[in-house]
Amino acid sequence: MAERGARLLVVDDNKVNRLLLARSVELQGHTTVSAENGRVALDLLREEPFDLVLLDMEMPEMDGFEVMEHLSVDSELRDVPVIVTSSLEGLAHVVRCIELGADDYLHKPVNQVVLKARIDSSLEKKRLRDQQRELIKRFATSEVAADLAQSGFALGGRRLYGTVMFCDIRGFTALVESQPPEETIELLNAYYALMFEAIAAHSGVVNQMIGDGLMAIFGAPHALDEPALAAARAALAMLEMLEQLNAKREGQHKSRIDIGIGIASGEMIAGYTGTEQRATYTCIGDTVNLAARLEAHTKIAGETILVDGDTNAAIVARLRTSALGPVAFKGKSEPVDVFALQETI
Amino acid sequence: MADDLIDLPTLKELEETVGADFVAELVAAFLEEAPGMIAELRTTLDDGEADAFRRAAHSLKTNANTFGAQVLGAQALTLEQEGLPDSTAAIDTLESLYVETATALQAISNG
Repeated sequence: MAERGARLLVVDDNKVNRLLLARSVELQGHTTVSAENGRVALDLLREEPFDLVLLDMEMPEMDGFEVMEHLSVDSELRDVPVIVTSSLEGLAHVVRCIELGADDYLHKPVNQVVLKARIDSSLEKKRLRDQQRELIKRFATSEVAADLAQSGFALGGRRLYGTVMFCDIRGFTALVESQPPEETIELLNAYYALMFEAIAAHSGVVNQMIGDGLMAIFGAPHALDEPALAAARAALAMLEMLEQLNAKREGQHKSRIDIGIGIASGEMIAGYTGTEQRATYTCIGDTVNLAARLEAHTKIAGETILVDGDTNAAIVARLRTSALGPVAFKGKSEPVDVFALQETI
Repeated sequence: MADDLIDLPTLKELEETVGADFVAELVAAFLEEAPGMIAELRTTLDDGEADAFRRAAHSLKTNANTFGAQVLGAQALTLEQEGLPDSTAAIDTLESLYVETATALQAISNG
């Protein structure tokens, strides 16, 4: 049995069936809620979390097939395991239920031992799936995790319009050399936690962390209405977060941390690159290179946040920027107009 | 008599897994619901609602089989599979079978 009781929804229009199933499940240590038809069941599923559904097929108002069809197109509910309990005659029904995503089809009257085995197995599968999802989230960002869950994994990219951000800690090498490695790890963890929060709060996705540097994408895998504005606001939020970190560090008599941020907008190719065994979600294109160059240029320009012309055009009406004039970057045939985003608004 | 109508091992097994007291409750629920299902068979036959007729027969079959009421279950299965009959004769037969089954079930589960 599962280490704790699960919450099951018993759906059956027949009272005797409902009572019996609920009783059987409760004897296994789980709690149950009952619904007398598909519509009531769907309403309950949308309101409260359930670990498993025991679903009858033949019901008035909304039958089990319709319930399963609704569940299969609902991203919130399609992973709730369903065990069909029915006494519909004929193999075709069984096949249809399995095709619609049922874990299993138990013929009524349901054998108690089989029911217990089936419930335990479905709950265990759900537990593993939840665990896997948690792991994917930890290593991939929730947006990429959602994208993976929805569309599955396929190498290859698609063209889209978005904004890329690069961010780096200034003088990081000197900092690393001046303190024990444990302290550096601790600092990086605190720093990343804050930056991730600021970026995620503005719908950005951090897709790379290299030492003290990070790359974030706005507008992929999910399109954003205003990716440039989102990135610029994220950058400002990052500076605010950093001030908090610095205030804490000051109290501990530690040196300040400063960062540089480069932001560029434009077309790019986003998708999974790598091999079938090991891949990462990333963006490729001129826009990405430009964002990286802008970030590097913050040191030379003596500015904290630099943006390109496309980003500036998209945000200038709402945020304060100043033109620094054209700059010739390596790998760019034409000089690029560079703008500094002001920290205080 | 009861032996023919009710498969005792099935009923015994049910009592062992969910408890005799609970089975008595379950039988009571069945006796409450079943007359409604039979009435439903009659009205749906009158109205020519094949789907609802099948559903009522289906429910009755499932419940009967739960208690090991195999004869009643088989009869209900016939109705479920054959659909709307030409006359009420089949329903009448089913109903009298139900009355006997109900008496037998009550006798066993109370004893």
